[in-house]
Amino acid sequence: MDGYINPDPTPGPETQAFWDAAREGRFLVKTCTACDRAHWYPRNICPFCSSSDTVWKDASGRGTIYSFSPLRRMPKPYIIAYVTLEEGPTMMTNIVDADPADLSIGMPVQLKFSRTESDFRVPTFTLSAGPATA
Amino acid sequence: MNRQALGYVVGAYEHPLRAAPDTSVAQLHAEVALGALADAGLTKDDVDGFFCGPDAPGTGPLSLADYMNLNLRHVDTTNTSGSSYLIHVAHACQAIAAGKCNVALITLAGRPRQEGKSKGALKRADNPNQPDFEWEHPFGIQILGVYAMVAQRHRHLFGTTAEQMAWVKVAASHHAQHNPNAMLRDVVTVEDVVNSPLVADPLHRLDCCVVTDGGGALVVAREEIARSLRRPLVKVIGCGEAPVGQNGGYMEITNSGAQKSGATAYEQARVTAADIRYASIYDSFTITEMIQIEDLGFCEKGKIGRFVDDGALISGQGRLAVNTDGGGLCNNHPVNRGGMTKALEAVRQIRGEAHPAVQVPDCDLAIANAIGGQLGVRHASSTIILERG
Ligand SMILES: [Zn+2]
Repeated sequence: MDGYINPDPTPGPETQAFWDAAREGRFLVKTCTACDRAHWYPRNICPFCSSSDTVWKDASGRGTIYSFSPLRRMPKPYIIAYVTLEEGPTMMTNIVDADPADLSIGMPVQLKFSRTESDFRVPTFTLSAGPATA
Repeated sequence: MNRQALGYVVGAYEHPLRAAPDTSVAQLHAEVALGALADAGLTKDDVDGFFCGPDAPGTGPLSLADYMNLNLRHVDTTNTSGSSYLIHVAHACQAIAAGKCNVALITLAGRPRQEGKSKGALKRADNPNQPDFEWEHPFGIQILGVYAMVAQRHRHLFGTTAEQMAWVKVAASHHAQHNPNAMLRDVVTVEDVVNSPLVADPLHRLDCCVVTDGGGALVVAREEIARSLRRPLVKVIGCGEAPVGQNGGYMEITNSGAQKSGATAYEQARVTAADIRYASIYDSFTITEMIQIEDLGFCEKGKIGRFVDDGALISGQGRLAVNTDGGGLCNNHPVNRGGMTKALEAVRQIRGEAHPAVQVPDCDLAIANAIGGQLGVRHASSTIILERG
């Protein structure tokens, strides 16, 4: 599962701040100050209460594997995954630096940015160090 | 029981080709349209409503309506990907009830194999302006991977095994052996499926549907017209549609919109899963079909593995005959959009015109269900319930 290069994101007016922060190594999650809930993917308007009082917050980068699958037949195989963030929501991502045989749902993971084709940073995850608590 | 009809399916036609190197997409649409109209005993001049999806080339319905030279007063291009065509049946019934048309033509056709979309994982042709794109495209999202994640999580939550998933393919192959047009007619075993290459754990190659050229068409008409034709009456008695998203990141990907679209259709039809004699269920992957069967109430949530693992889906020997044409897993999956062929086989079963080896005896109630888009990401389920008139 080595050698896969992520496609580039396509930043727009609603999301440029996320990708700018990612270049600085910061992983942001949008949170609503009206209902106090984090959501994914990031939006200016809260998908729960429709408030536009949403703010970027630095996330812990910790989460657990919600589901995953190694795409074995791709020219450069990779592991697609959903990770549930400590902040609450579940996001689509990749598990990197891992043998699929070592993975299972519920395992703790830690953020590790990956570089894309045009040198963006996208939020991917590795297995957390230490004993798995799954 | 004489339930109220929302409308009548009077014509149904499945293109016999599975590879169409010498036929244009427009001609395929016209061929399936004329096939369904001939089946009904109607002509193109009877058509006043036209329903199609984005497989119709051109702006909405305009190019094809012009190509076929239709004289229309109602059009509908609802697009929920593969489930569109069952929604078209529902919307056709609504349009007929509202007096907007009398004879509604629904077509699906295309040539994905000729256009190089048959090999490997299908890339999504999505638009960067769609708000989810930049949060999924960078991680290499494709259809196979997200359905594999649904299967992986179903296995984790409920203990569903590769062998149990394989039974869905085995049942489809038992049916496809009787379908001379089916793309894959060889009967396969559980061992064949689990010994085929892993493509995206836990899915094996034989857990995946075929890719075919071709298409199909339906004609829906109002009651007076249906009764004037010399074909068995097929009543539409219940419909439901349910788009499902990610709820801001708080979702459960092993649940499908079939829970809601099925409940809506059952309520309208005043039937339950126990009344259904035959089910057409979109089988883009084995797990897709399994989750819909659960969510339509044919077994308890999470118990689908045990429900299918003794051949339960094989007509004549199991509890619930499913996809007696061989389904998308073996027969046909034109344009990677499975809803149309699901309706076609349900119509054959209600008419008593399925292959004798797979015909459900005295099949008076059938359900067809499709998932369009991507289960586990965002999708729409659509359900129709048909009754013999
Ligand atoms: Zn809010």
